[in-house]
Amino acid sequence: MSDLSHIRNFSIIAHIDHGKSTLADRLIQLCGDIEAREMKEQLLDSMDLERERGITIKAQTVRLTYTSTTDGRTYQLNLMDTPGHVDFAYEVSRSLAACEGSLLVVDASQGVEAQTLANVYQAIDAGHEIIPVLNKIDLPAADEERVKQQIEDVIGIDASEAVGISAKTGLNVEQVLEALVQRLPPPTGDADAPLQALLVDSWYDPYLGVIILVRVREGTVKKGMRLRMMATGATYQIDRVGVFTPKMTDTGTLSAGEMGFIMAGIKSVADCRIGDTLTDDRRPAATALPGFKPSVPVVWCGLFPVDTSDFEALRESLAKLQLNDSSFEYQADTSAALGFGFRCGFLGLLHMEIIQERLEREFNLDLITTAPSVVYKLTMTDGTRIDLHNPADMPDPVKIASMEEPWVRATIMVPDEYLGPVLALCTERRGVQLDLTYAGNRAMAVYKLPLNEIVFDFYDRLKSISRGYASFDYEMADYQESDLVRISILVNAEPVDALSFIAHRSQAEYRGRAICSRLKDLIPRHMFKVPIQAAIGGKVIARETIAALRKDVTAKCYGGDISRKKKLLEKQKAGKKRMRQFGKVEIPQSAFISALKMDDE
Amino acid sequence: MMDHVAGDGDFALYVHWPFCRSKCPYCDFNSTATSGVDDALWEKAYLSDLERQAARLSDRSRVLSSIYFGGGTPSLMAPSTVRGIVDRARALWDTSPDVEITLELNPSGITERDLAAFREAGINRLSVGIQSLDDGALKVLGRRHNAREGVEVYRTARTLFDRVSLDLIYARPHQTLAAWEEELEAVLDLEPTHISAYQLSLEPGTPLFSALVSEDGGMPEEDLATDLFLATKEGLESVGLTSYEVSSHARPGFECRHNLATWRGGNYLGLGPGAHGRLPVQDGTLATVSLCDSSTWLRRVTAGEDTFEVATLLDRRERALEMVLTGLRLREGVSESRVKARTGFEFADLLDTDALTMAVELGLVRLGADALRATRDGELVLNAVTTSLMAL
Repeated sequence: MSDLSHIRNFSIIAHIDHGKSTLADRLIQLCGDIEAREMKEQLLDSMDLERERGITIKAQTVRLTYTSTTDGRTYQLNLMDTPGHVDFAYEVSRSLAACEGSLLVVDASQGVEAQTLANVYQAIDAGHEIIPVLNKIDLPAADEERVKQQIEDVIGIDASEAVGISAKTGLNVEQVLEALVQRLPPPTGDADAPLQALLVDSWYDPYLGVIILVRVREGTVKKGMRLRMMATGATYQIDRVGVFTPKMTDTGTLSAGEMGFIMAGIKSVADCRIGDTLTDDRRPAATALPGFKPSVPVVWCGLFPVDTSDFEALRESLAKLQLNDSSFEYQADTSAALGFGFRCGFLGLLHMEIIQERLEREFNLDLITTAPSVVYKLTMTDGTRIDLHNPADMPDPVKIASMEEPWVRATIMVPDEYLGPVLALCTERRGVQLDLTYAGNRAMAVYKLPLNEIVFDFYDRLKSISRGYASFDYEMADYQESDLVRISILVNAEPVDALSFIAHRSQAEYRGRAICSRLKDLIPRHMFKVPIQAAIGGKVIARETIAALRKDVTAKCYGGDISRKKKLLEKQKAGKKRMRQFGKVEIPQSAFISALKMDDE
Repeated sequence: MMDHVAGDGDFALYVHWPFCRSKCPYCDFNSTATSGVDDALWEKAYLSDLERQAARLSDRSRVLSSIYFGGGTPSLMAPSTVRGIVDRARALWDTSPDVEITLELNPSGITERDLAAFREAGINRLSVGIQSLDDGALKVLGRRHNAREGVEVYRTARTLFDRVSLDLIYARPHQTLAAWEEELEAVLDLEPTHISAYQLSLEPGTPLFSALVSEDGGMPEEDLATDLFLATKEGLESVGLTSYEVSSHARPGFECRHNLATWRGGNYLGLGPGAHGRLPVQDGTLATVSLCDSSTWLRRVTAGEDTFEVATLLDRRERALEMVLTGLRLREGVSESRVKARTGFEFADLLDTDALTMAVELGLVRLGADALRATRDGELVLNAVTTSLMAL
């Protein structure tokens, strides 16, 4: 066994906005690795999007050097940043597996939130020592005692030695470093043993190629070593080994207990299985480390280019994005309504939004996004089983023996004055209550809910009925048989495939009515009446009519100015390019995105 | 009644006078308020630009069928300037025996002597901008005259001119259908032979736009605007004032020849700051817009330079589409033979066949032996009909 008593590996768990990134920045600053003035705000969140949204998407690490003020020893601290959102629970579990302890950061004025809970339970499951940190104690609304009590009541860990800090002002942040070195256990391992390194993450850098992030459990990884991936058997010559401080710094070796990066001329992220064990090709380890279960896309939607000639550009952009994020999937798709595009699968709704935004922002594409859908499991009358990603592909119901839909276990934390409407919402969305507890004036409700209902508009509704005070998190539970129907939307008697959706029979009429009324506002009036219908098979369940345009002519003198009139018409004509034609009716592209959002109703 | 067909040799002159005493808050035409200009200087400039443009025409053997003085407030022009331009135009081209020479007239401060002077100068048709018979409305519209003054000038004009039109603006803020019908009755008591009735439209950049568009400024909603439009048509047609164009009404024979020729796709020379023109040149038709800023325009003319801000050569197809665009505003519709004679294109080359079939089925247009015209239902939604029909 090597002496690893100077090493601490830790991650930070926090709800969005509770100050995780600010604290990380302070820790980096205190350890003096970079000049304070060089610091960009929130160092670890490197993608623009992460910075803007205040969330972390990819796991990152940074090595800090800290000399303790109590024992005078110099420690190596490895901080593993973790994504804070439910969609990235899988990445969280990987990050946690690479550490021995966690800082649990809780806003001292707001208390524990649902997302914090899920991550902290994962950390406890991973055997972590957990140090509670109460942030924002400089705020007038801060109530340290109440929040400590809440941590003990809700999470069930000792909070008596919680560190009260203000990451913003820097107050008491040194105490966090002291707590880390004094209270977290050091890693264990033998630097001379055969190499076992856990592949925690990998990403593609356009200049450097594929970079992999590892936690070394046993042995030592060295520059020049021939690396073997134990799952695939592929081998690579190691070009560079190092750590982030947060600058990329070559160290030449990483030994048991340490974490850092490796570059080895790997062509594609797809060749790096997250959770795989890396070993020395010449002196391989006998066994692989326990891996992770792969992440599976649970939310699917169609992405179509606004300009049909952008199809190839979209394909290339998706391929490039996948280099960096192998957790989303895509396959070519065609829609009678929207032309050629892709059906894409995501880890959750936030993940979906992030990918869409990156496509629009980084690749300059205008996209039409269809309503998100979940994956249904169908058993056909002939016994075959089908995974259904797209409502438009639903087979004839007479050939379907049964349909199953995915359910989640959802945790909602809400001030008790909003509990009534929240429970009503869960019931309305077919939820089954599993647990209901109180901590102070906050209630925690645990429900089993169909994912379909959550994807629909659950989160928007939850936010609006709780005035933004409810926090919400979920994890995938299981599949259950369900009475599901496909609702088709007909505009002027023509079915619009991109608007069809699947719902529970009990919700079909309500949703059909809602979408028809929404479309009535979204589709401009035509020279004739336009009926909009929602139908299950041949049976119409909801109907609206867009009245014909009554008058648009302007009895105005244009003098000799025909050009002006012509310009007006050309403008109208150009506006039509943002429309899609269905028979005689033109539907604006925005309708496909907005039709299923009902948050303002 | 529509026997007057502008032949290909027919030609018109549009003269734009960009000055007003004060700018009306709804107006977004090219005009500036001024207390007076150097008449001799401006007359010289107009004549010299007229010569310059005339020299660009493909041939001079054209027959001038109308001259139209618009603005701005062309009734602020010195009659001598009007006469100078009319005389020079008559010298440049042959004129048809029934040449129509119109002046737009703002009734404020106009006397019988002024009217006589314009008649002397060669004007034979007046378009009197009385706009309304409601003093409150005139105030909102920023007009300097009241209803009584407007009517007096109109009556005097009728004694001196055979052909007098009056301009009305309706669909004003807070206007009710009943009030408008009553006002129309009073207008009809004047026994007009031609009426141009325009709906007030809020144009971005005008003071009225800023005042009314943001809040509930009382502008009529679509249903009321439709009712006002239909009431205007019905009211005027019931006394024999045929609606020969979306906003123009006339006793048979009193149609404005200038506007008819323009809507039918005739060519015209646009003279003066901000004037638009369709100039037949060697290679086709030049769509011209003269410089809007009057001092720049004046400087360029004085320096003997080109005055066009825009001069785009239209190909025959563009010209044909323009003819469809404007022709559909006419009750008589667009004549396919005329479009073909002028441009070589037939409807089949210009119109979206599916859209045409649909518009016919919906009863919005009617396709006769030669003419495509909008029905009354089609006229109401003419923008949508035109946009769908034209394969732009």
